[in-house]
Amino acid sequence: MKKKYKSIAINISLMLIVCALVVIPLAMNKKSEFQGSDSKAENLIKKVNPKYKQWFSSIWEPPSGEIESFLFSLQTALGAGVMGYVIGFYRGKKKEKNV
Amino acid sequence: MNKIKAIITTAILLGLFPIPLFSMHIMEGFLSIKWSLFWWLIALPFLIIGFRQLSKKLKDNYDLKLFIAMAGAFAFVISSLKMPSVTGSSSHATGLGLGTLIFGPLPMVVMGFIVLLFQALLLAHGGITTLGANTVSMAVFGPLITFLVYRFSIKLKTNGKAAIFLAAMAGNLFTYLITSIQLAVAHPDAQSGVVGAFAKFAGIFMITQIPLAISEGILTVLAVNALIKYASDDMKDMPVYINSYKKDEVIA
Repeated sequence: MKKKYKSIAINISLMLIVCALVVIPLAMNKKSEFQGSDSKAENLIKKVNPKYKQWFSSIWEPPSGEIESFLFSLQTALGAGVMGYVIGFYRGKKKEKNV
Repeated sequence: MNKIKAIITTAILLGLFPIPLFSMHIMEGFLSIKWSLFWWLIALPFLIIGFRQLSKKLKDNYDLKLFIAMAGAFAFVISSLKMPSVTGSSSHATGLGLGTLIFGPLPMVVMGFIVLLFQALLLAHGGITTLGANTVSMAVFGPLITFLVYRFSIKLKTNGKAAIFLAAMAGNLFTYLITSIQLAVAHPDAQSGVVGAFAKFAGIFMITQIPLAISEGILTVLAVNALIKYASDDMKDMPVYINSYKKDEVIA
């Protein structure tokens, strides 16, 4: 039983560290917009290599930020659903075995 | 302190400080035709071998299918979460570590490729022309480094969890290192050449990526914990690499 609590404590602290790794950057850079922006990357390449011409652009782009975050959320949701299914499957299987 | 912050912010705004970058992948059209083709050609054999390995594994064993689903789903979730980083830009982790620890690096080439394809087609994130290059950095080198670091750490009798953490973290960092090299050879700096460009790309990538790499390491450990807790009996007889993770170290 003690081991179980220890493992829960470890897992929770690991999760808290991940949370901190997300929150600390936010607190550190209050003015930043946190873009992972492709347009700014474009600028960097243009500065390093001014003669370069982008010769191909995306076939389709999400028409707005909302649509983009919809698609990203969809990706997350699908993945999380499958993960939940797999873990749940094995949890149930193990339980059944122990009965 | 505020003054320094103000200067840095201004520098970012002026674009003097190339911090907010490619949230991981090289964008569509930003490698010349020559380089796009080159990286596609490098990626192809890995994709073919990876696909063969993966379909062989799928044929052999039903339970392995669920693990493959788990590994793919983990990569999907992790790579969809764009997290803020200390440099004031955001980026995301790769999520390929878990699958690599289960199946080894080659099958993960296919999974990484699928994630990249999804993001290129639907999210305008990365691109079709740069898919070869992005596959090489994220799906070939990332898992390969993860795998090597894991095997090496276990050989050195590192604690299993620490080995998983280090492996996933290294895979993440290495992906960015390769991306920097790819960008540097394609866009050498006018004065300082490839090396100068590499220093520019890598220096910034690495700082942005360090907290994310740590997160990726931790999240991978958590996922392995969950799998081992519930499915260790099923994994016992499978060709699964995390089995070398010693049983008495399993705390989950």
